[in-house]
Amino acid sequence: MQKNIRLGIGALAGLLLLRNLYVILFNLPDEMEQGPIYRIFYYHLPAYFTAMCCYMTALVASVLYLTKRNLRYDAIAMSATEVGLAFAAVNLITGMIWGRVIWGIWWAWDARLTWALICWLVYFGYLMLRQAIDDPSERAKNSAVLSIFSFVSVAITYKAIEWWRTQHPGPVLSFRTGQQLIDPEMERMLYTNFFALALLAFVMVTVRLNQETLQRQIDGLRRRAHAL
Amino acid sequence: MDSRNIQFMFWGLAVAWGIIAIYVVMLAARENRLQKQLESLKRMLEEKQ
Repeated sequence: MQKNIRLGIGALAGLLLLRNLYVILFNLPDEMEQGPIYRIFYYHLPAYFTAMCCYMTALVASVLYLTKRNLRYDAIAMSATEVGLAFAAVNLITGMIWGRVIWGIWWAWDARLTWALICWLVYFGYLMLRQAIDDPSERAKNSAVLSIFSFVSVAITYKAIEWWRTQHPGPVLSFRTGQQLIDPEMERMLYTNFFALALLAFVMVTVRLNQETLQRQIDGLRRRAHAL
Repeated sequence: MDSRNIQFMFWGLAVAWGIIAIYVVMLAARENRLQKQLESLKRMLEEKQ
């Protein structure tokens, strides 16, 4: 993707995030029982959905790599996973801070939290595995298989609040419950901030993908330099 | 805005923005390093040829 388009989308995402931050802090009212801490949700939930989109991209790219054996798909899977991990970290840590205030503890080993942590660790392992294999096609094949299996943890994390009774709150968004459980203005802001974070994630993935292309050029030049 | 737990709210927002900012800085630093490596390799190959 052209650098100018990437910069434009990145700037749009940055401006939208700043505008959202202003609305979150100064325009939206406090939640009656939780007070201001509920505002963390405007980053906690959108970051989770952004990470899920990244993991889904990695899954599709990994399947495409195994069917077409094109290393470009492997690079997409790796880039999306790395960006997804950053957003999943935002989700986990903001959730811990919210839990400290509402539950009085930083962490509870309930199904949702535990699976979210397992999911993060599994994808971190995916990146570690890549570091351990030198041959590009062997690395791409093994990583693609691991990425596909890792997605099971994403699905379980998503469904955990429906399958098990958890300390983590149950689904509240209208597309999952079919009812309006939270204020429509608050729900709209969750989607708006998700859109901004998803745009930013898209730019990050394309930047990381570009870096993979640069790395391959460097590897090729190194081989030429050795041959001379 | 209600003042109870406001400190935790700011920590939460700071963590969210902080992690994203750190990752952006890491991406920029990696981009710089790769560009430098590419340039120096190209120069070296030109000199060898």
